[in-house]
Amino acid sequence: MTLTTSGIDSKVLISMFRTMITIRRFEEQSKREADSGKLRGLHSSIGQEAVPTGMCAHLGDKDFIFGTHRSHHHCIAKGVDLRQMMAELLGKSTGTNKGKGGTMHIADIDKGMLGANGVVGSNIPVSIGAALSAQVLGTDHVSVVFFGDGAANQGALHEALNLAAIWKLPAIFVCENNRYAESTPFEYAVAGGSVANRAAGYDIPGVLVDGQSVLDMYEVSGEAVGRARAGEGPTLIEAQTYRYHGHFGADNPLAYRTEEEEEHYKEKDCIKRLTDYLVENAIATTEELDKLDQEAVESVAEAAKFANDSPFPNPEELFDDVYSDYPKGALVAGMQLDGLPDPGLVTPPSS
Amino acid sequence: MGDKVRKVSYIQAVNEVLRQEMERDSSVIVMGEDVAGGGGRPDKKDAWGGPMRLTKGLIFEFGENRVRDTPISEAGFIGAGVGAAATGLRPVVELMYVGFLGVCADQIFNNAAKMHYMFGGKVKMPLTIMTATGAGLNNAAQHSETVYSVFTHYPGLKCVVPSGPYTAKGLYASAIRDDDPVIIFNNRPAMGLRSDDHVPEEPYTIPIGKASISVEGTDITLIGIGYTTRLCMEAAEELESDGYSVEVIDLLSISPLDTETILESVRKTRKVVIVDEDYPRCNVASDISALVAEEAFDYLDAPPKRVTPPHTSVPYSRALEAHWIPNKDKVVSAARQVLE
Ligand SMILES: Cc1ncc(C[n+]2csc(CCOP(=O)(O)OP(=O)(O)O)c2C)c(N)n1
Repeated sequence: MTLTTSGIDSKVLISMFRTMITIRRFEEQSKREADSGKLRGLHSSIGQEAVPTGMCAHLGDKDFIFGTHRSHHHCIAKGVDLRQMMAELLGKSTGTNKGKGGTMHIADIDKGMLGANGVVGSNIPVSIGAALSAQVLGTDHVSVVFFGDGAANQGALHEALNLAAIWKLPAIFVCENNRYAESTPFEYAVAGGSVANRAAGYDIPGVLVDGQSVLDMYEVSGEAVGRARAGEGPTLIEAQTYRYHGHFGADNPLAYRTEEEEEHYKEKDCIKRLTDYLVENAIATTEELDKLDQEAVESVAEAAKFANDSPFPNPEELFDDVYSDYPKGALVAGMQLDGLPDPGLVTPPSS
Repeated sequence: MGDKVRKVSYIQAVNEVLRQEMERDSSVIVMGEDVAGGGGRPDKKDAWGGPMRLTKGLIFEFGENRVRDTPISEAGFIGAGVGAAATGLRPVVELMYVGFLGVCADQIFNNAAKMHYMFGGKVKMPLTIMTATGAGLNNAAQHSETVYSVFTHYPGLKCVVPSGPYTAKGLYASAIRDDDPVIIFNNRPAMGLRSDDHVPEEPYTIPIGKASISVEGTDITLIGIGYTTRLCMEAAEELESDGYSVEVIDLLSISPLDTETILESVRKTRKVVIVDEDYPRCNVASDISALVAEEAFDYLDAPPKRVTPPHTSVPYSRALEAHWIPNKDKVVSAARQVLE
């Protein structure tokens, strides 16, 4: 183990670089797929890579994370397969969710990713349920929920914080404060000007961290995970970050923010800063990092090819997985099964 | 009509009626997430004008006191809408997608729906909730639902489903002026479709609880709800080219339900197909089917038929969603089964 000035093993630093650059390249590719009309409703995580990367570096496959509508970065940081993710975005049967969930709902229980969720705040109470399982079953697993600054105003957060605090659950609440909920600025919507401060009401640690610094994110996350594993209860982390793109594909963010502000945050870009740190401290050379970038580009390209070559689900799959066990006839009652239209989609030939 | 036809989009029609009702009555206010947008930034006011752009520009005319951006706190601001309605305002509150109903269900079902009755009629509840419904945009299970039936189930709530710009404008005006809570369902795919409706500029109302007959016919009745009325109209065209005379009912209100218009039509045509995008169990189509079976059994030449999605959540993949959603072909095929 090689400790660096940050106190972090150099292998961990390199691995975090790899994760962040992979997220960025993946998101660039998902945007290209969306621009070519293959998927709708994309919420890009570009700019926010450091937050789940610093956290998930402390987690194993048995620790659970929970996401939001904007969750590709959470999934990648937790180790979900890029090919299956991209296939899910394109609605293919080889996707993580067999094409049932799509961009807002990627889940992979084997990797401890218990789902992105399209309802703002909805996953927060669910996440403390996984922490409850760990406590009751006596494991040292932790549960981490990511949510936006907008979600901080849902009652669900407050109920979950209180429960986690009274039961000392191994739960970690990570607010990704990217300054906006759709077009609504954080300072308009969040009274008191802080999410981290809300922890005080529940007498648990509330930590404000620069979410564009993966080193800071790693350190703060390590403390929270350590407390949770040691049975010392929950932590609320507010990671200050920024989404570089609009809220979703078609949104023009300059309608509610300025170019100067965008520039200000982009100057503090998490990948750029880690690159500088690694090079300045002679932990890696620019060439080595370029090579990692190139590898990320290639694995994303491979994922895109896999996704594009994969078949769409067969129409009959519509009726799979509604329940574990249910008579199929009851699912289609009242529906016209005959005369099903050709949806006009061609499954590409696998090459 | 010729040049007299005034075409506006569904979104413009709603925007216009909101403006007119706010001008007409200073107790009308609008609340919701990003209804103006850019909250608190004077230079970025009206950044969105609503997630569906229904409220665009209203903040400039009516100010921040009456056009309020809310945090993402549906229980909070829909509950506030209930309290404001009980105390002198006529709030129009936006629940962005009907799938988010779960977050604020208590406020709608336990308070908005029940207060008037529970308090012996001593409190009025002039609350309007507008919300987006509809599959077909690959938005997956949480952003594509219709769930009319959940609302119609509750006594105390009125529920309306416009089918185009003309009916939207008239139903919104009625909803806002109504002293009971009214939920208005806006179908997202339909909001983006072109329409030939003539929409008068001057304010008008369309009565809540009255269905409209879109075309008269004698061989079969097709009943549509909002967007599915369009499917019925397309199906009618195809069936008519086969020589059938088709009557299409545009339901418009699902609570109260215009049972008279439905029964009168079915007694005439003796055959009925009901097209509902809601989940098939206990939905509005089942309700109408039961009504027809109970009240017009002796007139029927064939059992009533429902066209609905299957009893599954809405799938993301467009390859699956295309099979899930009702469409013209399914309506035509159901109608043929009933006719033959
Ligand atoms: C309960 C609920 N209300 C509203 C929405 C619509 N919506 C989707 S994302 C979003 C903004 C979320 O902001 P934030 O939590 O800060 O996350 P970010 O988009 O910034 O990642 C809103 C209002 C929703 N999905 N769920």
